[in-house]
Amino acid sequence: MTPRAQPDEPVDPDVDVHVPDQRTEISRTRGAVLAVIGLGGGLGALARYGMSQALPTAPGRFPWATFAENVLGCLLIGVLMVLVTEVWTAHRLVRPFLGVGVLGGFTTFSTYAVEFRELLQPESVPLAFAYLGATMLCALLAALLGMWLARSLAARKSAVASAERSRS
Amino acid sequence: MTAVLVFLGAAIGAPARYLADRAVQNRHDSGFPWGTLSVNALGSLVLGGLSGTGLGSSSPVMALLGVGFCGALTTFSTFGFETVRLAEDRAHLRAAANIVVSVVAAVGAASLGHAAVHALVA
Repeated sequence: MTPRAQPDEPVDPDVDVHVPDQRTEISRTRGAVLAVIGLGGGLGALARYGMSQALPTAPGRFPWATFAENVLGCLLIGVLMVLVTEVWTAHRLVRPFLGVGVLGGFTTFSTYAVEFRELLQPESVPLAFAYLGATMLCALLAALLGMWLARSLAARKSAVASAERSRS
Repeated sequence: MTAVLVFLGAAIGAPARYLADRAVQNRHDSGFPWGTLSVNALGSLVLGGLSGTGLGSSSPVMALLGVGFCGALTTFSTFGFETVRLAEDRAHLRAAANIVVSVVAAVGAASLGHAAVHALVA
């Protein structure tokens, strides 16, 4: 069975004030946390912009670029959060830079909402709801898959390590 | 030039999300992710308003505020992870409510922003 999260692990990957280390991270890092979030957010948004330029969406068509960005971003946050909360003791700026910054900047809820609204024209109403539902379903499954992959990998590594220990 | 504006907008938008999320959590302590919901609704309101101006996606204002700031202020990855974590903690009702309320709030805010700005500029 795949290990599950502990109940005290954060729910909100951006910042969870129930986690003591995160409550005080602005002062502890002397503001560096905000700088790395800004840098990561800028880089993530540039990647999103580049992908949207590469896969432009014509009016009335399925917005593949935003769909792909949101699904990929959810897969990666699943992997990242399991790695930094359950597997490694990561540097304190890793979650802010990669999770809050890069992935938060790469994915977007506002474009998703605006694109859905724009597709709500008489001729593309079914497509609008297909976009709404497909993004939601695939993104949530991707987050689940990312968490599962990272936990399986970590469980296999620790099983191999303990087998080697018992052999020697 | 457009890429620089996207980067700058997002370099403000992402820390703004972090600070707003933190402020909402400090004022409203519950098991429901109100912080992420708030930034997603706010960003959708602003982007909806920008889409009501009729500005093209390549205009400097759209690059800075729309693609950069609103894009980074809002997030799908945080929302997705939170929803899965809520379900994993057996808070299935909260997970389902988070999906419905986030979509309704963001789409409602985007429509409101679009309608308000469209009425002003028309």
